[in-house]
Amino acid sequence: MVLPNDWRVPMAEALLTVEDVEAGYGPVTVLRGVSMQVAAGEVVAVLGSNGVGKSTLNNTLSGIVPARAGRVRFDGADITGRDPAAIVAAGLIQVPEGRRVFPNLTVRDNLLLGAYRRGGRTRRQTLERVVETFPRLQERFSQLAGTLSGGEQQMLAIGRGLMADPKLLILDEPSLGLSPLLVEEMFQLIDRIAAAGLAVVIVEQNVVQSLTLAARGYVLEQGVFAMAGAAGDLLADPRLRATYLGL
Amino acid sequence: MELLLPAVLNGLTTGAIYAVVALGLTLIYGVLHIVNFAHGSLLMLALYAVYFLHAATGIDPYAALPILAVGFFALGYVIQRLVVQPVSHGKDQNILMATLGIAIVIDNGALALWSSNTRTIDLPYAFDVVEVLGAFIPLPKAIGFFAALGIAGVLWIAIQRTDLGRAIRAVAKERQGARLVGIRVEHIYAMCFGLGTACVAAAACLLLPTFYVTPQVGYAFVLVAFTTVVLGGMGSFPGALVGGLLLGVVEAVAGLYLGESLGQIGIFVIFILVLLFRPTGLFGAKAA
Repeated sequence: MVLPNDWRVPMAEALLTVEDVEAGYGPVTVLRGVSMQVAAGEVVAVLGSNGVGKSTLNNTLSGIVPARAGRVRFDGADITGRDPAAIVAAGLIQVPEGRRVFPNLTVRDNLLLGAYRRGGRTRRQTLERVVETFPRLQERFSQLAGTLSGGEQQMLAIGRGLMADPKLLILDEPSLGLSPLLVEEMFQLIDRIAAAGLAVVIVEQNVVQSLTLAARGYVLEQGVFAMAGAAGDLLADPRLRATYLGL
Repeated sequence: MELLLPAVLNGLTTGAIYAVVALGLTLIYGVLHIVNFAHGSLLMLALYAVYFLHAATGIDPYAALPILAVGFFALGYVIQRLVVQPVSHGKDQNILMATLGIAIVIDNGALALWSSNTRTIDLPYAFDVVEVLGAFIPLPKAIGFFAALGIAGVLWIAIQRTDLGRAIRAVAKERQGARLVGIRVEHIYAMCFGLGTACVAAAACLLLPTFYVTPQVGYAFVLVAFTTVVLGGMGSFPGALVGGLLLGVVEAVAGLYLGESLGQIGIFVIFILVLLFRPTGLFGAKAA
Protein backbone atom coordinates (compact mmCIF):
# COMPACT_ATOMS: atom_id res chain seq x y z
CA MET A 1 0.00 0.00 0.00
CA VAL A 2 1.39 3.40 -1.02
CA LEU A 3 0.52 6.31 1.21
CA PRO A 4 -0.15 9.67 -0.42
CA ASN A 5 1.90 11.44 2.26
CA ASP A 6 4.96 9.26 1.96
CA TRP A 7 7.06 11.94 0.28
CA ARG A 8 9.99 12.31 2.66
CA VAL A 9 13.34 10.77 1.88
CA PRO A 10 14.21 8.28 4.62
CA MET A 11 17.53 10.00 5.17
CA ALA A 12 18.72 12.99 7.14
CA GLU A 13 19.80 15.50 4.51
CA ALA A 14 17.99 15.74 1.19
CA LEU A 15 19.51 17.56 -1.80
CA LEU A 16 16.16 19.01 -2.80
CA THR A 17 13.21 19.58 -0.49
CA VAL A 18 9.98 20.98 -1.87
CA GLU A 19 7.42 21.87 0.79
CA ASP A 20 3.74 22.75 0.15
CA VAL A 21 4.54 24.64 -3.05
CA GLU A 22 1.71 26.39 -4.85
CA ALA A 23 2.10 28.02 -8.25
CA GLY A 24 0.05 29.05 -11.27
CA TYR A 25 -0.59 31.59 -13.97
CA GLY A 26 -2.88 34.60 -13.48
CA PRO A 27 -6.12 33.46 -11.87
CA VAL A 28 -5.31 29.78 -12.43
CA THR A 29 -3.65 27.76 -9.68
CA VAL A 30 -1.86 24.76 -11.16
CA LEU A 31 0.17 23.38 -8.25
CA ARG A 32 -1.94 23.10 -5.12
CA GLY A 33 0.51 22.23 -2.38
CA VAL A 34 3.24 19.94 -3.69
CA SER A 35 5.88 18.38 -1.44
CA MET A 36 8.77 16.14 -2.46
CA GLN A 37 12.37 15.31 -1.67
CA VAL A 38 15.35 14.12 -3.68
CA ALA A 39 18.53 12.81 -2.10
CA ALA A 40 22.00 13.36 -3.56
CA GLY A 41 22.68 10.83 -6.32
CA GLU A 42 19.09 9.57 -6.31
CA VAL A 43 16.93 8.99 -9.39
CA VAL A 44 13.33 10.07 -8.87
CA ALA A 45 10.43 9.87 -11.32
CA VAL A 46 7.61 12.41 -11.39
CA LEU A 47 4.73 10.91 -13.34
CA GLY A 48 1.45 12.20 -14.59
CA SER A 49 -0.53 12.73 -17.75
CA ASN A 50 -0.76 15.91 -19.81
CA GLY A 51 -1.81 19.08 -18.03
CA VAL A 52 -1.53 17.97 -14.42
CA GLY A 53 1.22 20.50 -13.71
CA LYS A 54 4.48 18.63 -14.40
CA SER A 55 6.08 21.42 -16.39
CA THR A 56 4.78 24.04 -13.97
CA LEU A 57 6.52 22.14 -11.19
CA ASN A 58 9.79 22.13 -13.15
CA ASN A 59 9.52 25.80 -13.99
CA THR A 60 8.77 26.66 -10.37
CA LEU A 61 11.87 24.76 -9.27
CA SER A 62 13.89 26.58 -11.97
CA GLY A 63 12.59 29.98 -10.84
CA ILE A 64 10.78 30.74 -14.09
CA VAL A 65 7.32 30.50 -12.53
CA PRO A 66 7.25 32.10 -9.05
CA ALA A 67 6.00 29.98 -6.16
CA ARG A 68 2.93 31.55 -4.53
CA ALA A 69 3.34 29.59 -1.35
CA GLY A 70 5.68 27.01 0.12
CA ARG A 71 9.44 26.64 0.19
CA VAL A 72 12.11 25.10 -2.02
CA ARG A 73 15.41 24.16 -0.38
CA PHE A 74 18.33 23.03 -2.53
CA ASP A 75 21.79 21.96 -1.44
CA GLY A 76 21.42 23.49 2.00
CA ALA A 77 20.04 26.87 0.88
CA ASP A 78 16.55 28.30 0.48
CA ILE A 79 16.14 29.01 -3.24
CA THR A 80 12.47 30.05 -3.12
CA GLY A 81 12.03 33.23 -5.16
CA ARG A 82 15.55 33.24 -6.59
CA ASP A 83 15.91 34.08 -10.28
CA PRO A 84 16.66 31.32 -12.85
CA ALA A 85 20.29 32.38 -13.26
CA ALA A 86 20.97 32.05 -9.52
CA ILE A 87 19.29 28.63 -9.46
CA VAL A 88 21.40 27.46 -12.42
CA ALA A 89 24.49 28.73 -10.59
CA ALA A 90 23.43 26.71 -7.53
CA GLY A 91 23.49 23.55 -9.67
CA LEU A 92 19.81 22.81 -10.27
CA ILE A 93 19.50 22.37 -14.02
CA GLN A 94 16.35 21.70 -16.00
CA VAL A 95 16.42 20.13 -19.46
CA PRO A 96 13.07 21.43 -20.67
CA GLU A 97 10.30 19.76 -22.58
CA GLY A 98 10.72 20.41 -26.30
CA ARG A 99 14.52 20.60 -25.79
CA ARG A 100 14.77 24.37 -26.27
CA VAL A 101 18.20 24.13 -27.88
CA PHE A 102 19.45 27.24 -29.68
CA PRO A 103 18.64 26.41 -33.33
CA ASN A 104 20.77 29.21 -34.79
CA LEU A 105 23.90 28.20 -32.86
CA THR A 106 26.31 25.37 -33.56
CA VAL A 107 26.29 22.26 -31.39
CA ARG A 108 29.56 23.46 -29.87
CA ASP A 109 28.19 26.92 -29.02
CA ASN A 110 25.06 25.32 -27.53
CA LEU A 111 27.24 23.20 -25.26
CA LEU A 112 29.47 26.13 -24.32
CA LEU A 113 26.41 28.16 -23.31
CA GLY A 114 25.46 25.34 -20.98
CA ALA A 115 28.43 26.45 -18.87
CA TYR A 116 27.43 30.14 -19.12
CA ARG A 117 27.18 30.62 -15.34
CA ARG A 118 30.44 28.82 -14.63
CA GLY A 119 32.84 30.82 -16.73
CA GLY A 120 35.79 29.38 -18.63
CA ARG A 121 37.85 27.70 -15.93
CA THR A 122 36.94 24.04 -16.17
CA ARG A 123 34.76 24.36 -19.24
CA ARG A 124 37.13 22.58 -21.62
CA GLN A 125 37.35 19.44 -19.46
CA THR A 126 33.58 19.36 -19.00
CA LEU A 127 33.13 19.70 -22.75
CA GLU A 128 35.41 16.72 -23.35
CA ARG A 129 33.50 14.66 -20.80
CA VAL A 130 30.11 15.54 -22.28
CA VAL A 131 31.30 14.73 -25.79
CA GLU A 132 32.53 11.37 -24.50
CA THR A 133 29.04 10.67 -23.19
CA PHE A 134 27.46 11.75 -26.48
CA PRO A 135 29.85 10.81 -29.32
CA ARG A 136 27.11 11.62 -31.82
CA LEU A 137 27.37 15.30 -30.84
CA GLN A 138 31.07 15.28 -31.69
CA GLU A 139 30.24 14.35 -35.28
CA ARG A 140 27.82 17.29 -35.47
CA PHE A 141 30.05 19.73 -33.62
CA SER A 142 29.97 22.65 -36.06
CA GLN A 143 26.48 21.96 -37.39
CA LEU A 144 23.61 24.29 -36.41
CA ALA A 145 21.47 22.73 -33.68
CA GLY A 146 18.32 23.46 -35.69
CA THR A 147 19.45 20.98 -38.35
CA LEU A 148 19.73 18.04 -35.91
CA SER A 149 17.17 15.25 -35.65
CA GLY A 150 14.83 15.14 -32.66
CA GLY A 151 16.89 12.51 -30.87
CA GLU A 152 20.13 14.41 -31.45
CA GLN A 153 18.52 17.60 -30.19
CA GLN A 154 17.45 15.79 -27.04
CA MET A 155 21.01 14.58 -26.53
CA LEU A 156 22.26 18.10 -27.11
CA ALA A 157 19.79 19.48 -24.57
CA ILE A 158 20.96 16.95 -21.97
CA GLY A 159 24.60 17.59 -22.88
CA ARG A 160 24.03 21.32 -22.50
CA GLY A 161 22.53 20.66 -19.08
CA LEU A 162 25.55 18.56 -18.07
CA MET A 163 27.87 21.40 -19.13
CA ALA A 164 26.58 23.36 -16.13
CA ASP A 165 28.11 20.68 -13.86
CA PRO A 166 24.75 20.13 -12.13
CA LYS A 167 24.08 18.62 -8.74
CA LEU A 168 20.53 17.84 -9.82
CA LEU A 169 19.32 17.35 -13.37
CA ILE A 170 15.59 17.64 -14.07
CA LEU A 171 14.62 16.01 -17.36
CA ASP A 172 11.21 17.11 -18.64
CA GLU A 173 9.75 14.47 -20.98
CA PRO A 174 13.07 13.33 -22.47
CA SER A 175 11.32 10.62 -24.48
CA LEU A 176 8.69 12.91 -26.04
CA GLY A 177 8.49 12.64 -29.80
CA LEU A 178 11.19 9.99 -30.13
CA SER A 179 10.88 6.64 -31.88
CA PRO A 180 10.59 3.58 -29.58
CA LEU A 181 14.16 2.60 -30.41
CA LEU A 182 15.44 6.06 -29.51
CA VAL A 183 13.37 6.11 -26.33
CA GLU A 184 15.17 2.95 -25.29
CA GLU A 185 18.53 4.55 -26.08
CA MET A 186 17.60 7.71 -24.22
CA PHE A 187 16.70 5.83 -21.04
CA GLN A 188 19.98 3.90 -21.23
CA LEU A 189 21.82 7.20 -21.49
CA ILE A 190 19.99 8.63 -18.48
CA ASP A 191 20.83 5.47 -16.57
CA ARG A 192 24.52 5.97 -17.39
CA ILE A 193 24.44 9.62 -16.30
CA ALA A 194 22.74 8.67 -13.04
CA ALA A 195 25.19 5.82 -12.46
CA ALA A 196 27.96 8.44 -12.37
CA GLY A 197 26.38 9.73 -9.15
CA LEU A 198 24.27 12.61 -10.43
CA ALA A 199 20.83 13.14 -8.90
CA VAL A 200 18.18 12.98 -11.64
CA VAL A 201 14.48 13.80 -11.63
CA ILE A 202 12.71 12.30 -14.67
CA VAL A 203 9.40 13.96 -15.37
CA GLU A 204 7.55 11.64 -17.71
CA GLN A 205 4.33 10.23 -19.05
CA ASN A 206 6.25 7.07 -19.82
CA VAL A 207 5.43 5.28 -16.54
CA VAL A 208 7.03 1.85 -16.87
CA GLN A 209 10.41 2.94 -18.22
CA SER A 210 10.70 5.82 -15.76
CA LEU A 211 9.92 3.64 -12.77
CA THR A 212 12.33 0.96 -13.95
CA LEU A 213 15.09 3.56 -13.88
CA ALA A 214 14.07 5.44 -10.74
CA ALA A 215 14.37 4.42 -7.12
CA ARG A 216 11.27 6.32 -6.11
CA GLY A 217 8.37 7.98 -7.81
CA TYR A 218 5.70 10.63 -7.32
CA VAL A 219 2.42 10.65 -9.22
CA LEU A 220 1.02 14.11 -9.95
CA GLU A 221 -2.73 14.45 -10.42
CA GLN A 222 -4.60 17.77 -10.63
CA GLY A 223 -1.75 19.73 -9.06
CA VAL A 224 -1.13 17.47 -6.06
CA PHE A 225 0.81 14.26 -5.56
CA ALA A 226 -1.77 11.51 -5.48
CA MET A 227 0.78 8.76 -4.84
CA ALA A 228 4.39 8.54 -3.75
CA GLY A 229 6.72 5.74 -2.84
CA ALA A 230 9.36 3.26 -3.92
CA ALA A 231 9.36 2.58 -7.65
CA GLY A 232 8.68 -1.13 -7.21
CA ASP A 233 5.68 -0.48 -4.94
CA LEU A 234 4.25 2.05 -7.38
CA LEU A 235 4.64 -0.34 -10.31
CA ALA A 236 2.77 -2.99 -8.35
CA ASP A 237 0.06 -0.59 -7.17
CA PRO A 238 -3.32 -1.62 -8.63
CA ARG A 239 -4.61 1.95 -8.86
CA LEU A 240 -1.55 3.14 -10.80
CA ARG A 241 -1.71 0.09 -13.05
CA ALA A 242 -5.37 0.75 -13.76
CA THR A 243 -5.02 4.48 -14.38
CA TYR A 244 -1.75 4.66 -16.28
CA LEU A 245 -1.20 1.27 -17.78
CA GLY A 246 -4.78 0.17 -18.43
CA LEU A 247 -4.16 -3.14 -16.67
CA MET B 1 32.94 56.80 -67.02
CA GLU B 2 35.73 58.67 -65.20
CA LEU B 3 33.03 60.09 -62.92
CA LEU B 4 31.60 56.69 -62.08
CA LEU B 5 34.62 55.36 -60.16
CA PRO B 6 34.86 58.33 -57.77
CA ALA B 7 31.09 58.13 -57.26
CA VAL B 8 31.30 54.43 -56.40
CA LEU B 9 34.24 54.97 -54.04
CA ASN B 10 32.49 57.89 -52.40
CA GLY B 11 29.36 55.79 -52.10
CA LEU B 12 31.33 53.04 -50.40
CA THR B 13 32.66 55.48 -47.79
CA THR B 14 29.16 56.75 -47.01
CA GLY B 15 27.78 53.23 -47.17
CA ALA B 16 30.23 51.98 -44.56
CA ILE B 17 28.83 54.51 -42.10
CA TYR B 18 25.26 53.58 -43.06
CA ALA B 19 26.31 50.02 -42.29
CA VAL B 20 27.48 50.91 -38.77
CA VAL B 21 24.18 52.70 -38.03
CA ALA B 22 22.27 49.76 -39.51
CA LEU B 23 24.31 47.23 -37.50
CA GLY B 24 23.14 48.93 -34.33
CA LEU B 25 19.54 48.82 -35.52
CA THR B 26 19.70 45.20 -36.67
CA LEU B 27 21.38 44.09 -33.43
CA ILE B 28 18.52 45.55 -31.40
CA TYR B 29 15.93 44.19 -33.84
CA GLY B 30 17.47 40.73 -33.89
CA VAL B 31 17.16 40.29 -30.14
CA LEU B 32 14.29 42.52 -29.02
CA HIS B 33 12.31 41.99 -32.25
CA ILE B 34 11.37 45.66 -32.43
CA VAL B 35 12.50 48.57 -34.57
CA ASN B 36 14.17 51.10 -32.30
CA PHE B 37 12.52 54.38 -33.28
CA ALA B 38 14.95 56.30 -31.06
CA HIS B 39 17.93 55.15 -33.15
CA GLY B 40 18.06 58.30 -35.33
CA SER B 41 17.57 60.58 -32.36
CA LEU B 42 20.40 58.87 -30.51
CA LEU B 43 22.59 59.38 -33.58
CA MET B 44 21.70 63.07 -33.53
CA LEU B 45 22.50 63.20 -29.82
CA ALA B 46 25.85 61.54 -30.47
CA LEU B 47 26.65 64.06 -33.23
CA TYR B 48 25.97 66.88 -30.76
CA ALA B 49 28.14 65.12 -28.22
CA VAL B 50 31.00 64.99 -30.74
CA TYR B 51 30.39 68.64 -31.62
CA PHE B 52 30.31 69.95 -28.05
CA LEU B 53 33.20 67.77 -26.93
CA HIS B 54 35.25 69.22 -29.78
CA ALA B 55 34.13 72.77 -29.00
CA ALA B 56 34.91 72.43 -25.30
CA THR B 57 38.15 70.47 -25.33
CA GLY B 58 39.31 70.54 -28.95
CA ILE B 59 39.41 66.74 -28.92
CA ASP B 60 39.52 65.20 -32.38
CA PRO B 61 36.32 63.29 -33.32
CA TYR B 62 38.31 60.14 -34.06
CA ALA B 63 40.05 60.31 -30.69
CA ALA B 64 36.64 60.84 -29.05
CA LEU B 65 35.28 57.61 -30.56
CA PRO B 66 36.23 55.23 -27.72
CA ILE B 67 35.01 57.67 -25.07
CA LEU B 68 31.68 58.31 -26.78
CA ALA B 69 31.17 54.65 -27.66
CA VAL B 70 31.53 53.68 -24.00
CA GLY B 71 29.39 56.62 -22.84
CA PHE B 72 26.61 55.86 -25.31
CA PHE B 73 26.79 52.16 -24.55
CA ALA B 74 26.04 53.05 -20.93
CA LEU B 75 23.28 55.42 -22.04
CA GLY B 76 21.66 52.71 -24.18
CA TYR B 77 21.91 50.15 -21.38
CA VAL B 78 20.27 52.53 -18.93
CA ILE B 79 17.53 53.56 -21.38
CA GLN B 80 16.55 49.92 -21.93
CA ARG B 81 16.80 48.92 -18.27
CA LEU B 82 15.16 52.00 -16.69
CA VAL B 83 12.75 53.23 -19.37
CA VAL B 84 11.91 50.80 -22.16
CA GLN B 85 11.68 47.67 -20.03
CA PRO B 86 9.64 49.03 -17.11
CA VAL B 87 7.06 50.67 -19.38
CA SER B 88 6.76 47.82 -21.87
CA HIS B 89 5.67 45.00 -19.51
CA GLY B 90 7.14 42.54 -22.01
CA LYS B 91 4.82 43.52 -24.88
CA ASP B 92 6.51 44.27 -28.19
CA GLN B 93 4.12 47.02 -29.24
CA ASN B 94 4.79 48.83 -25.95
CA ILE B 95 8.54 48.69 -26.58
CA LEU B 96 7.88 50.26 -29.97
CA MET B 97 5.88 53.08 -28.41
CA ALA B 98 8.47 53.57 -25.67
CA THR B 99 11.28 54.05 -28.22
CA LEU B 100 9.07 56.43 -30.20
CA GLY B 101 8.43 58.43 -27.02
CA ILE B 102 12.14 58.58 -26.28
CA ALA B 103 12.77 59.83 -29.82
CA ILE B 104 10.24 62.65 -29.39
CA VAL B 105 11.75 63.70 -26.06
CA ILE B 106 15.32 63.71 -27.43
CA ASP B 107 14.38 65.54 -30.66
CA ASN B 108 12.44 68.29 -28.96
CA GLY B 109 14.93 68.55 -26.14
CA ALA B 110 17.67 69.13 -28.72
CA LEU B 111 15.54 71.71 -30.51
CA ALA B 112 14.85 73.58 -27.26
CA LEU B 113 18.45 73.48 -26.05
CA TRP B 114 20.43 73.96 -29.24
CA SER B 115 17.95 75.48 -31.78
CA SER B 116 17.68 74.16 -35.31
CA ASN B 117 20.85 75.88 -36.53
CA THR B 118 23.17 73.75 -38.62
CA ARG B 119 26.53 73.22 -36.94
CA THR B 120 29.79 71.89 -38.35
CA ILE B 121 33.29 71.56 -36.98
CA ASP B 122 36.49 72.75 -38.64
CA LEU B 123 39.33 70.31 -38.75
CA PRO B 124 42.75 71.04 -40.25
CA TYR B 125 42.65 67.90 -42.37
CA ALA B 126 39.02 68.23 -43.54
CA PHE B 127 40.04 69.08 -47.10
CA ASP B 128 42.96 66.67 -47.46
CA VAL B 129 42.46 64.03 -50.11
CA VAL B 130 43.89 60.62 -50.82
CA GLU B 131 44.26 59.12 -54.27
CA VAL B 132 42.63 55.74 -54.79
CA LEU B 133 42.83 54.12 -58.25
CA GLY B 134 43.20 57.55 -59.80
CA ALA B 135 40.21 59.00 -57.96
CA PHE B 136 40.48 61.55 -55.14
CA ILE B 137 38.70 60.74 -51.89
CA PRO B 138 38.50 63.18 -48.95
CA LEU B 139 40.81 61.90 -46.20
CA PRO B 140 38.08 61.92 -43.47
CA LYS B 141 35.89 59.75 -45.68
CA ALA B 142 38.69 57.27 -46.26
CA ILE B 143 39.37 57.13 -42.52
CA GLY B 144 35.64 56.70 -41.87
CA PHE B 145 35.45 53.82 -44.34
CA PHE B 146 38.23 51.77 -42.79
CA ALA B 147 37.20 52.61 -39.24
CA ALA B 148 33.63 51.55 -40.02
CA LEU B 149 34.81 48.23 -41.46
CA GLY B 150 37.01 47.78 -38.39
CA ILE B 151 34.06 48.40 -36.07
CA ALA B 152 31.93 45.93 -38.00
CA GLY B 153 34.74 43.38 -37.78
CA VAL B 154 35.19 43.79 -34.03
CA LEU B 155 31.44 43.54 -33.49
CA TRP B 156 31.26 40.40 -35.67
CA ILE B 157 34.01 38.69 -33.71
CA ALA B 158 32.36 39.69 -30.43
CA ILE B 159 29.04 38.21 -31.57
CA GLN B 160 30.60 35.00 -32.92
CA ARG B 161 33.34 34.23 -30.42
CA THR B 162 32.49 35.58 -26.96
CA ASP B 163 30.11 34.30 -24.31
CA LEU B 164 28.18 37.57 -24.54
CA GLY B 165 27.83 37.09 -28.30
CA ARG B 166 26.62 33.50 -27.90
CA ALA B 167 24.16 34.64 -25.26
CA ILE B 168 22.89 37.41 -27.56
CA ARG B 169 22.34 34.93 -30.39
CA ALA B 170 20.73 32.46 -27.99
CA VAL B 171 18.28 35.02 -26.60
CA ALA B 172 17.41 36.14 -30.14
CA LYS B 173 15.90 32.74 -30.95
CA GLU B 174 15.18 30.85 -27.75
CA ARG B 175 14.46 32.95 -24.66
CA GLN B 176 13.19 30.09 -22.49
CA GLY B 177 16.23 27.95 -23.28
CA ALA B 178 18.45 30.94 -22.54
CA ARG B 179 16.89 31.42 -19.10
CA LEU B 180 17.42 27.74 -18.34
CA VAL B 181 21.17 27.92 -18.96
CA GLY B 182 21.32 30.87 -16.57
CA ILE B 183 21.36 33.78 -19.04
CA ARG B 184 19.69 36.88 -17.55
CA VAL B 185 17.57 37.76 -20.56
CA GLU B 186 16.82 41.33 -19.40
CA HIS B 187 20.54 41.97 -19.06
CA ILE B 188 21.14 40.73 -22.61
CA TYR B 189 18.35 42.99 -23.93
CA ALA B 190 20.01 45.96 -22.28
CA MET B 191 23.46 44.92 -23.54
CA CYS B 192 22.07 44.84 -27.09
CA PHE B 193 20.46 48.23 -26.68
CA GLY B 194 23.77 49.49 -25.31
CA LEU B 195 25.79 48.01 -28.18
CA GLY B 196 23.32 49.39 -30.73
CA THR B 197 23.63 52.83 -29.18
CA ALA B 198 27.44 52.54 -29.12
CA CYS B 199 27.30 51.84 -32.89
CA VAL B 200 25.45 55.09 -33.36
CA ALA B 201 28.05 56.98 -31.30
CA ALA B 202 30.86 55.46 -33.37
CA ALA B 203 29.05 56.42 -36.59
CA ALA B 204 28.66 59.98 -35.28
CA CYS B 205 32.42 60.29 -34.65
CA LEU B 206 33.19 59.09 -38.18
CA LEU B 207 30.49 61.27 -39.70
CA LEU B 208 30.94 64.72 -38.21
CA PRO B 209 34.30 65.59 -39.83
CA THR B 210 32.51 65.69 -43.21
CA PHE B 211 28.96 66.29 -42.09
CA TYR B 212 26.79 68.65 -40.03
CA VAL B 213 24.41 68.36 -37.13
CA THR B 214 20.89 69.69 -36.59
CA PRO B 215 18.12 68.29 -34.38
CA GLN B 216 16.56 66.69 -37.49
CA VAL B 217 19.69 65.05 -38.86
CA GLY B 218 18.88 61.61 -37.47
CA TYR B 219 15.87 61.01 -39.71
CA ALA B 220 17.82 60.84 -42.96
CA PHE B 221 20.08 58.20 -41.47
CA VAL B 222 17.50 56.14 -39.69
CA LEU B 223 15.43 55.83 -42.88
CA VAL B 224 18.49 54.62 -44.77
CA ALA B 225 19.42 52.36 -41.86
CA PHE B 226 15.92 50.88 -41.84
CA THR B 227 16.12 50.30 -45.60
CA THR B 228 19.52 48.70 -45.09
CA VAL B 229 18.14 46.34 -42.46
CA VAL B 230 15.23 45.35 -44.71
CA LEU B 231 17.53 44.96 -47.72
CA GLY B 232 20.02 42.83 -45.81
CA GLY B 233 17.38 40.79 -43.97
CA MET B 234 15.93 41.79 -40.60
CA GLY B 235 18.38 40.93 -37.85
CA SER B 236 21.11 39.75 -40.23
CA PHE B 237 24.60 41.01 -39.41
CA PRO B 238 26.28 40.43 -42.83
CA GLY B 239 23.08 41.75 -44.40
CA ALA B 240 23.44 45.08 -42.63
CA LEU B 241 27.08 45.42 -43.70
CA VAL B 242 26.55 44.49 -47.36
CA GLY B 243 23.24 46.38 -47.48
CA GLY B 244 24.83 49.55 -46.09
CA LEU B 245 27.69 49.50 -48.58
CA LEU B 246 25.30 48.75 -51.44
CA LEU B 247 22.93 51.59 -50.57
CA GLY B 248 25.83 54.01 -50.24
CA VAL B 249 26.90 53.15 -53.77
CA VAL B 250 23.34 53.25 -55.12
CA GLU B 251 22.81 56.67 -53.59
CA ALA B 252 26.07 58.05 -55.00
CA VAL B 253 25.51 56.64 -58.50
CA ALA B 254 21.88 57.78 -58.58
CA GLY B 255 23.07 61.20 -57.44
CA LEU B 256 25.60 61.24 -60.27
CA TYR B 257 22.98 60.63 -62.98
CA LEU B 258 19.90 62.30 -61.45
CA GLY B 259 21.56 65.16 -59.61
CA GLU B 260 22.93 65.26 -56.07
CA SER B 261 19.65 66.03 -54.29
CA LEU B 262 17.84 63.10 -55.94
CA GLY B 263 20.44 60.52 -54.93
CA GLN B 264 18.24 59.04 -52.20
CA ILE B 265 15.62 58.13 -54.80
CA GLY B 266 17.85 55.20 -55.72
CA ILE B 267 17.72 53.96 -52.12
CA PHE B 268 13.95 53.96 -51.97
CA VAL B 269 13.57 52.39 -55.41
CA ILE B 270 15.74 49.54 -54.08
CA PHE B 271 13.62 49.43 -50.92
CA ILE B 272 10.43 48.98 -52.93
CA LEU B 273 12.03 46.40 -55.22
CA VAL B 274 13.25 44.37 -52.24
CA LEU B 275 9.82 44.44 -50.62
CA LEU B 276 8.24 43.33 -53.91
CA PHE B 277 10.61 40.56 -54.93
CA ARG B 278 12.59 39.46 -51.88
CA PRO B 279 10.79 40.57 -48.72
CA THR B 280 13.10 38.47 -46.52
CA GLY B 281 16.10 40.50 -47.72
CA LEU B 282 19.41 39.42 -49.26
CA PHE B 283 20.49 37.42 -46.21
CA GLY B 284 16.99 36.81 -44.93
CA ALA B 285 17.15 33.04 -45.13
CA LYS B 286 20.11 33.02 -42.72
CA ALA B 287 18.44 35.46 -40.38
CA ALA B 288 15.20 33.52 -40.18
